Amino acid sequence: MLRLEGVSAGYGRIAALAEVSLEVREGELVSLIGANGAGKSTTLRTISGLLKLTTGRITLDGKEIGNLPPREILARGIAHCPEGRRVFPHLSVRENLAMGALLRRDRAGIAQDLEAMYARFPRLRERSAQAAGTLSGGEQQMLAIARALMSRPRLVMFDEPSLGLAPSLVEQVFAIVRDIRAAGTTVLMVEQNAMAALQLCDRAYLLETGHVVRSGTGAELLASPDVRDAYLGGAI
Amino acid sequence: MNALFAWGFVAALAALPLVFPDPYLLAVLTSAGIFIIGAISLNLLLGYTGQLSLGHVAFFGLGAYASALATLGFDIGIGFGWRVVLAPQPVWLGFLAAIVVAGGFGWLLGRLAFRVRGAYFVIITICFAQVLRMVALNWVELTQGPMALISIPPFSLWWPGQGVVPLYRKDQNYWLVLAVAVLAFLLVRQVVRSRIGRALVALRANEPLARSVGIRVTHYLVIAAVLSAGIAGAAGSLFAHYVRIVDPDVFLFIYTVTMVIMVVTGGKGTLWGPVVGGLVFGLMPDLLRGTAPPEAQWIIYGAAMILFVMFLPRGIVPALARRLP
Repeated sequence: MLRLEGVSAGYGRIAALAEVSLEVREGELVSLIGANGAGKSTTLRTISGLLKLTTGRITLDGKEIGNLPPREILARGIAHCPEGRRVFPHLSVRENLAMGALLRRDRAGIAQDLEAMYARFPRLRERSAQAAGTLSGGEQQMLAIARALMSRPRLVMFDEPSLGLAPSLVEQVFAIVRDIRAAGTTVLMVEQNAMAALQLCDRAYLLETGHVVRSGTGAELLASPDVRDAYLGGAI
Repeated sequence: MNALFAWGFVAALAALPLVFPDPYLLAVLTSAGIFIIGAISLNLLLGYTGQLSLGHVAFFGLGAYASALATLGFDIGIGFGWRVVLAPQPVWLGFLAAIVVAGGFGWLLGRLAFRVRGAYFVIITICFAQVLRMVALNWVELTQGPMALISIPPFSLWWPGQGVVPLYRKDQNYWLVLAVAVLAFLLVRQVVRSRIGRALVALRANEPLARSVGIRVTHYLVIAAVLSAGIAGAAGSLFAHYVRIVDPDVFLFIYTVTMVIMVVTGGKGTLWGPVVGGLVFGLMPDLLRGTAPPEAQWIIYGAAMILFVMFLPRGIVPALARRLP
């Protein structure tokens, strides 16, 4: 479905990605793991068009999408749930969700999806009129996930969905990611928590300083000694 | 602020000339009103997009010149022996021309300047206003330069019992400015509450996130710039036909600063901010003129401004909104 071939990208003259090639197949849950600064977030930002790629090709169903503006890439079915400040703090929860459906014109479908999000995340319904900035960290993450789904993406990319959340919420977020995939949406996820990411995914890519150094199924990477030593604390 | 209070406020302002028909008071309020319209337009850029335009007076001045020139007519050479001649047009066409010309330059500046942000945008806007001032000073054939455009006709409107008459009276001009201010306020409110407004708020809060949900940054910033410039142009037209003389000093930096002060002290990014800030700082110089010795007036003005910014950093309106239920 999504294929990166020899993609390089960076910030100014610093190359953060060097010839990265990877693939996400329809219906898969793929994880990108690696240390800080390995290029995981940069990969997602390049796919979603926030960063320009300097070399290589990105294709979606065989069609080139590299260097399209973010809006076009979203319109082709790839939603990005960025890390860090994930919501629009001064807009209400409902407005944040509406932002996710900005490119859609089917009012009935949007209303239906909004209802579905409220059913899945009851806290968001309770707080629908509240400014998103007043939500707790966990609630903001739920909102960010729901907003990404409001575009009805075929592929949704999560950047560090568990970052800064309490352990019980981390469990909850991963359960949601699993549900999303089970419902038929393809998922590409960047995660610091390599253990959880590898257990959750079908396949994973390990990035180091902008290169893909290893790939395989979640189980393969979990079993590989060097991955265990470097990223799983060696204690499994 | 609820609608009942807002309309009560407008009704009180509208009734004012009937209760206090003092020409001095009305003159002061009318010029404050014109600047409040300017501040309302600036707020759309400064408050809602977060872009500091320090050349906002450019649009005000463009509106004033466009409106004055359209109603006075002109006859200028453009080289190769060709001439552009315009016969004097009715004032309402001048008003329209002011909005279109200022809005057009807003579009141009939006396209150019939003490629560069932050400090560079500020510099470009300052330069823009200064260049226009130079043009107004030196293109004597069109603008009369420092000799100024004079004998600009006043607005003509249908008036109850008199038919279409030129508005020479203070109360008539006061009502006209009030009406345009209310329209500008309602227009900005409509925009801010629409899809455009939400997009602008989202852009100001988190641009990468906004781009990733599909908001076209340049598109919305240019819309805001055009609307903002168009409204400032309308204010310039009101100014031209009220004062009835336009000289290159309409492009002075101090007028931009006045509008920025109004927006920031009132509360940028709030609908009522520029109105409240505009009333306070638009009327203060004239209130001080009657009460304080001349050498102290601007010192008090400056001190008041510093105090407002220190103690109400987000502005008067947000501070009031927090106190009131």
